[in-house]
Amino acid sequence: MAPSQTLSRQERELLNRYQRDFPLQPRPYAAIAEALGMREDDVLTLLAGLRDRGVLGRVGAAVRPNSAGASTLAALAVPATQLHAVAGQVSAMAAVNHNYAREHEYNLWFVLTAANDAELDRTLADIKAATGLSPIKLPLEAEYHIDLGFPL
Amino acid sequence: MIEIDDKNHQLLAVLADGLPLVPRPYAEIGGQLALSEAEVIARLRHLLETGIIRRLGLIVRHHELGYRANAMAVWDVPDDAVDALGAELADFPFVTLCYRRRRQLPHWPYNLFAMVHGKARARVLAQIGQLNDQVGLRQRPHQVLFSNKRYKQDAARFGGGLAKAG
Repeated sequence: MAPSQTLSRQERELLNRYQRDFPLQPRPYAAIAEALGMREDDVLTLLAGLRDRGVLGRVGAAVRPNSAGASTLAALAVPATQLHAVAGQVSAMAAVNHNYAREHEYNLWFVLTAANDAELDRTLADIKAATGLSPIKLPLEAEYHIDLGFPL
Repeated sequence: MIEIDDKNHQLLAVLADGLPLVPRPYAEIGGQLALSEAEVIARLRHLLETGIIRRLGLIVRHHELGYRANAMAVWDVPDDAVDALGAELADFPFVTLCYRRRRQLPHWPYNLFAMVHGKARARVLAQIGQLNDQVGLRQRPHQVLFSNKRYKQDAARFGGGLAKAG
């Protein structure tokens, strides 16, 4: 397992402050730099470094589930000896964006997104055909906590 | 549901790859979509105001920072109690996500989900114990599923023309 990354004070400040409310103005990195008492170049360099180290996934948007298509959580109960192979098959599908092993009889958990629910079901059928295992489909019904980022 | 036109679909698809790390990123993605910088900004503002974009900003990969004790706690609670219990769980500062999902009986009876991310497993288990005690969930059927390997973590892509828009 790779060692944990440590953050400089400036990196931590940047990550804590801008997981939301990214500036909507022509030069957003300059606006961030001004707010943090840095230069635009320094902000871009810090972000590129965080991205290269894998800490920053991207500068992007968290989209409300099911507003731009359909999505669901799904899981498979995979025999332990096949777990890595099946995980690879599932990850290879373009509709899968998250895929985790968890400690449970249902040991492979993934999120599917598609244009609509019928396409989700087709993808789940494809997974069943490819793996011989029946996925459970657990679509979202209500959210109680809005994703606002994560204090570091 | 709020209508999302094709341009907004394409904009969300481009954003799934990330805003570029250049001085004028909105102008750059506008160039890919035949939109002006001002139109990109106005569209993003509208998507935020209508709640289609929850947040715009830095998407952190917590695993790389040592947050590796990632638990999904699940409970089977009565349908007429789930919304009130979910609202209570969501108030705990260490609950990062909380939602209700459809059961799939007989395989999966659990309808209430809460995520707790931490650096140490023992602490995460203690926090879930606190949820059980303080929200009165200990008597309900429940399980804690720690993740032990991450195979894929990408932005959502919504199929069809979207993935090709970039």
